[in-house]
Amino acid sequence: MTSLTTLLEQQTVIVCVGAGGVGKTTTAAALALEAARRGRRVCVVTIDPARRLSDAMGFDPDRAIGNEPQQIDFAAKGELWAVMLDTSTTFDALIRTYAPSEEQAQNILANDFFRNIADSMSGAHEYMAMEKLYELHNDERFDLVVVDTPPTSNAIDFLEAPDRITSFLDHRLYKILVTPTGGLARVVNFAAQGFLRTVARIVSASVVDDAIEFFATFDGMEEGFRGRAVAVHDLLIADDTAFVLVTVPRNDTVDDAATFIKTLADADIAVDAIVVNRVHPSFGSERLDGLGDGPLAPFITVLHDSQTVAVGQDTVLATLTNEVPAGAVVKIPFLDTDVHDLDGLASLAQWLTPEGKP
Amino acid sequence: MDPARFFAASRVLIVAGKGGVGKSTMSAALARTAARAGMSTMLVRLTPGGPISRLFAAPELTGLDQTLHAGGGPSGDADVRGRLVTPDEALTQYLADHGLARITRRLMSTGAIDVVTTAAPGIRDLLVLGRVKAFEASRTADLIVLDAPAAGHAVSFLQSPTGLRSAVGAGPIATQADDVLEMLADPERCRVMLVTLAEETPVNEVIETAFALEEEIGVALGPVIVNGLVPVPEGLANDFDTLVAASKAKISAADIANLRDAAAFRLKWAARQNEQVVRLSQSLPLSQLHTPYVFTTEPGPAELETLSNALSPGIDALSEGDA
Repeated sequence: MTSLTTLLEQQTVIVCVGAGGVGKTTTAAALALEAARRGRRVCVVTIDPARRLSDAMGFDPDRAIGNEPQQIDFAAKGELWAVMLDTSTTFDALIRTYAPSEEQAQNILANDFFRNIADSMSGAHEYMAMEKLYELHNDERFDLVVVDTPPTSNAIDFLEAPDRITSFLDHRLYKILVTPTGGLARVVNFAAQGFLRTVARIVSASVVDDAIEFFATFDGMEEGFRGRAVAVHDLLIADDTAFVLVTVPRNDTVDDAATFIKTLADADIAVDAIVVNRVHPSFGSERLDGLGDGPLAPFITVLHDSQTVAVGQDTVLATLTNEVPAGAVVKIPFLDTDVHDLDGLASLAQWLTPEGKP
Repeated sequence: MDPARFFAASRVLIVAGKGGVGKSTMSAALARTAARAGMSTMLVRLTPGGPISRLFAAPELTGLDQTLHAGGGPSGDADVRGRLVTPDEALTQYLADHGLARITRRLMSTGAIDVVTTAAPGIRDLLVLGRVKAFEASRTADLIVLDAPAAGHAVSFLQSPTGLRSAVGAGPIATQADDVLEMLADPERCRVMLVTLAEETPVNEVIETAFALEEEIGVALGPVIVNGLVPVPEGLANDFDTLVAASKAKISAADIANLRDAAAFRLKWAARQNEQVVRLSQSLPLSQLHTPYVFTTEPGPAELETLSNALSPGIDALSEGDA
């Protein structure tokens, strides 16, 4: 039994990490499907799935707009649910949870500075993916949550994003700028005023006003946000949370993956399994040089190229596979999987858990 | 079309594409091809690392100009230079240019800079584009090749001036945004070249990105580069078993199987790619440049020349309207 199979049967959270363009979203969906086949009630959080994948899962984009899980029509012992992450809506819901009144929540949600944070601040995607994960983990409908993470070159982003954004929301600059007591923001500190005017010269006064108003309205909510960020972090480092690294056997991608593993290890998180997509076949290589220039020459060239790729990718992958226990690496062959529908996803799942049916 | 004319058509070439399609490698190959056509070229990258230094066998790019490939000599090649322009550097430079060097440190140390960049999202992207515009204005090179952020981000990157223009009202940032918008809208100053692989998802994304760039930003699009096309050597489609039967060479049964399997795999791979190339040309009315799959995990100067050599005939074959 591969360790990936064990993870699918025993963990309560699986986080798929990796660079962009390595097939992470599809891999997360296939893992979720396989766990459902094995009898678990699974929810997969996808991030910007390619249209083909959402079609394959029978995902209705109109119904997904509510940011709520929808059940996928799929004959399994367990259940398969999916939700498409909507960063903005998730952030709004979090504000509603921690605002002391609906009025205060409305003020924050309508603030332009807050909209910038929720829509485009760097790390907001990662933060909300982890937030959604936490929410679904505590949802009694599910035994397992599989989460796809936003493509990032830095593994630590989604670990640090909740804390980083929470610190930003509780900004000490704001405390320098406004009175601690006055209801709406009043700039009192004269030295700060000069500074603020300079900032306003760069980005215009109305933008600065929006920012100050936001911090004033948010004041008092930071404790709730901090508590939540700690809870999310605890969930990520919990024993029944597994990390699956998805990669392709390319030099630069594997370098990134090795850095991922190291960064996660520094945060006391072990990568439990590695999925290598797009692995080229090895056809074996004998001494064929003697065959020369005849009509077989193009065939020899092609076999030679294939071996160059196969040997090269093994060398590249060796740096990764040494980092995890034997059996924790699953290789998915290039060209043999084509996910057009649920059946395609199911056949990909069989590559992930090659010992076959449960 | 003569490569010299192709590369002279605009002074800035923005190279964009999804992660993993070889966008940075193609930026390098385009820069090298332009230099071979006699145009001095500056390659601008926005994040440290990437394949560029390996491809030119040069040190890593820094914030200072460096020569990646020296021109001169009988070939008539021009120089390829390279430099890194990070968003942080662009911001610091901008503040210094506007007499605000004094407060830069305070902005950074209080964290106020995060408030500024959140209040005006896209400001870093705009300032990077502003730096590129400044290189263009000073004619620091005949051609500037910008290795843009990965697609998806490419659209928001190029949208930054439009977004900021409406957010900040009047002021120096608005002026900067106007200047950059002017550059983006002028096909004689700036073009975008998209890079993709001949695979389903990258092709879908490049089509979406192309329409978004044209409709939302109005920037001119050059040909699409389809990278990583696997070659089918002449004769590979011949019937292998007949050839083996006719061959006098002694080949083991295992080798026969290996040769047959490798050829079948190659033909299947090429056929899959060809379907996507056809689909791309049907869905996107842009001409295509094709570059080959490189059978190595460590591409270096030799592979850069291979890719550049592959670009040249494609450019030669373009008609006037395609550029």
